[in-house]
Amino acid sequence: MDNRPEKDVIDVGLDETIKKLTPERIERVVRHVFDRENAARLKAFTETCVHCGLCAEACHTYNSRDNDPWFAPVSKVKNTIWELLRRKGRVDAEFIRRMARIAFTECNVCRRCSMYCPFGIDIAYLMMTARRICSLLGVVPQYLQDTTNSHATTLNQMWVAQDEWIDTLQWQEEEASAEIKGARIPLEKEGAEVMYSVIAPEPKILAQLLGNMAMIMRVAGIDWTMPATDGWDNSNMAMYSGDFEVMGRVERLHWETAARLKVKKVVMGECGHAFRGAVYDGPRWLGWKYPPITMVHAIEFYYDLLSSGRIRIREKFKEHVTLQDPCNTVRGRGLGGKLRYVVDAMCENFTDVTPRLEHNYCCMAGGGTINCGPPWKRSRMLSNRVKAEQLQATGADIVITPCHNCHSGIEDIIGFYKLGMHVKFLSEIMVEVMEVPEELKASQG
Amino acid sequence: MYDFARGPLVWIALAVFILGSIYRLVSMYFLARKDKVVIPYMNLKYGARSIMHWVVPFAAKNMRMRPFFTVLSFLFHICLIMTPIVALGHVMLWDESWGISWWSPPEQITNIMTIIVVVTGLFFILRRLADPTVRYVSSIKEYLLLILVLAPFVTALMAYYQVFDYNVMIIIHMWTGALWLMAIPFTWLSHMLFFPLTRAYMGSEFGFVRHSRDW
Repeated sequence: MDNRPEKDVIDVGLDETIKKLTPERIERVVRHVFDRENAARLKAFTETCVHCGLCAEACHTYNSRDNDPWFAPVSKVKNTIWELLRRKGRVDAEFIRRMARIAFTECNVCRRCSMYCPFGIDIAYLMMTARRICSLLGVVPQYLQDTTNSHATTLNQMWVAQDEWIDTLQWQEEEASAEIKGARIPLEKEGAEVMYSVIAPEPKILAQLLGNMAMIMRVAGIDWTMPATDGWDNSNMAMYSGDFEVMGRVERLHWETAARLKVKKVVMGECGHAFRGAVYDGPRWLGWKYPPITMVHAIEFYYDLLSSGRIRIREKFKEHVTLQDPCNTVRGRGLGGKLRYVVDAMCENFTDVTPRLEHNYCCMAGGGTINCGPPWKRSRMLSNRVKAEQLQATGADIVITPCHNCHSGIEDIIGFYKLGMHVKFLSEIMVEVMEVPEELKASQG
Repeated sequence: MYDFARGPLVWIALAVFILGSIYRLVSMYFLARKDKVVIPYMNLKYGARSIMHWVVPFAAKNMRMRPFFTVLSFLFHICLIMTPIVALGHVMLWDESWGISWWSPPEQITNIMTIIVVVTGLFFILRRLADPTVRYVSSIKEYLLLILVLAPFVTALMAYYQVFDYNVMIIIHMWTGALWLMAIPFTWLSHMLFFPLTRAYMGSEFGFVRHSRDW
């Protein structure tokens, strides 16, 4: 029945944990999730679906795997939720392992399929329900679970200790002020206009982005701050691993930190899922209808800076660029138009992709899939050949990716399919092309 | 047989259909309240906007990507719903039973509409058998339901054109029509009831909450 190579991927987070499962425990957890944590949506989506298969061509995995029926969104639901409903949770450990593989590594919960389903069925929601069951049973890909463990322990995604956090910020502040006079990263400034929040990979492995921000904020004259305490990380892999309790804790601390600093709004860096977790999934789990303070995504922030003239462009970026529409900012926030405004403002040689905007393909890294780690990388690459073809068709040299997962995922695709392109964040281009007033230029010593 | 089909069965079928549909809708409403994040975000304008884009032919991208399928599906559904309502034979029966009547087109037209339902319905069955992905997610239930949906239309044609024994055909027609009505609330034929709700929900989540489009 299932003889795909992914069946043999070794992942202790799945292989070892299923050994501890008993049929009784599986049934109990499934019934709990179905009866107590789900209601109308589970029923409506599974009973209204007429098994028409129109969702299949929406999915980048289906298209990339040469229309293998297994990868169609409806098939993913068939092999997980339908079966659990039909058997009322009486399934074996092997089934749970297969369910975990499908829900965690073969679906990005990007919601492209919901735009092709005539009924608007939220297949991503059904996949998240499958993940929830797996998480409660302890069956989660090891690397992803480790990330969730980090969230639970340090309240950030990458085991960053508090002194490392402050050290990194102060280091980047030095780097930034060497280029731009007075570029600071104000810590714990109560009453600032903006709290800037980032995802943990930034201080850990992409610290230069923090320095970029210090420069941009100085030139734009923004009154901003960052927290010195935990709660600085807006990322939330617990949301994707199905550990909603930890997800809630992380989001609550993030918002309480912003409230403690009495800021007017939170501006977040270029990440997609962080927005989703902070503005939708987190608040709803916590019982809030909307987050307590406005959150502005980086794309919208740069749009405001450029359209208001707070940042002017000295000289447009000359290299041939294209872009990625991160699912959580375009399908998830409608920022496709503003993204293109920003790219057009900064770059003179821009070729758009097809399909685009809400119809763009997922990067096959988001939704927690790249966080499942090296064991699943090959599977991810094979599941997004269409992205490689799409990018190649633009003829561009650089892909602008305003989202960390897209950045890494597309970097992987470029390497795997040998596209010879490079990925860049919006902020990396902005610091190169923005006009720095004379009085702010640091004297070269 | 005929008297039962012409009499009590009509009552039973209508009762099961109407009361069953109300029951499904009401219980879904209570489930939506239990689901907590459904009703607070429902928005009339954006829900309607999404529904509009999916009931107007070619308004959604997937419809434009699959023009042949779109035309067939719209023809199927429009004729499926209109034919039983305006067919002369039905209108006459309503008049006989309850003294109410309405417009009916010439029988040639309803015959063509019935043929359209049968032909497009056969296409759906063939597609389900031929396309590997659709076949993968289809079980005997899908095929039986499709056959049940088509049976009243096939037997209507056979009765009209007097193929085989008219009396037998008309009785089978009435029974399959009744079964079809009764199946609507309790199978995925209920997409008739729930599609506007799931669509409005997705339209609200995408449009109202996320300021994006879902078509």
